[in-house]
Amino acid sequence: MTDAVIIDHAFILAAILFCLGLTGVLVRRNLVFVLISLEVMLNAAGLAFIAAGSAWGQADGQIMFLAVVTLGAAEVAVGLGLTLLLFRRFNSIDIDQLNKLKG
Amino acid sequence: MSAIFFYNFIFYSTAVIAVVATLLMITRHNAVHALLYLIISSLSMAIIFYLLGAPFAAVLEVIIYAGAVMILFVFVVMMLNLGHRSVEQEAAWLPAKGWIVPSILAAVLLMLLVAGLGEPENLRGVHLVGVKEVGIVLFGPYLLVVELASFLLLAGLVGAYHLARRSTPPTPKYGDAQSHFTPVSDSEADEAATDQRIEEGKA
Repeated sequence: MTDAVIIDHAFILAAILFCLGLTGVLVRRNLVFVLISLEVMLNAAGLAFIAAGSAWGQADGQIMFLAVVTLGAAEVAVGLGLTLLLFRRFNSIDIDQLNKLKG
Repeated sequence: MSAIFFYNFIFYSTAVIAVVATLLMITRHNAVHALLYLIISSLSMAIIFYLLGAPFAAVLEVIIYAGAVMILFVFVVMMLNLGHRSVEQEAAWLPAKGWIVPSILAAVLLMLLVAGLGEPENLRGVHLVGVKEVGIVLFGPYLLVVELASFLLLAGLVGAYHLARRSTPPTPKYGDAQSHFTPVSDSEADEAATDQRIEEGKA
């Protein structure tokens, strides 16, 4: 498979998924949906790393994908902990509640 | 010829499935439905990773995203226990005009990203990078990444535990603690020592 167009289209797919995730982050007010959209954005970044690693035939892209996955797992664990904390304190997961610094 | 045709067919159909599932995911009002669409998106991304010659990343995508992270989301949705009122609340939180400006911003960013890609002739074709190559590089020059990942995961674990635990019962005051704990006073210990010396002297 030496189809160079596939790599280019994989980059375009990564850009589309990243922008969809960005739209979700901007539009949503529910913190769970914001975290899901952030996962999509990280996944798209991982796809870009994989495509670049595949284009150069090097394993470094997959190493960076591993780092992105690790980052996403840690981020989602802390973010969901914060979601539970927000729900217990305000009985709501509206991120507009977070503009009040004093709970 | 037919192999390349099937490769392209699977790649583009999977890419369309990924985009459609993500699009449906960000427009759902029910969190569980959005999570199911995210699973579909992750699985199609895994197929794309496999087609791009990265089988290890494809396996990781299935195990970590469609497995672990999704279970985490499902548990949190269960613990929040929002019920039917959350769907109506989501519908109220998402007016149609709220989509306009973020969509325009994302579309402009998408155009910039695609325009910045350059000519596809500059890129090379798809290369297979197997598990063995990844393992050799990961535990060779990138060993520090493994250590940093372990630190990061430990920090995430401790942070999530600390944030999500129930508020602990109030610690007992100093006065309450004294009633349960009476330390042996020095005078008593001295008396015991003197008694022992007297016994020794008698002997």
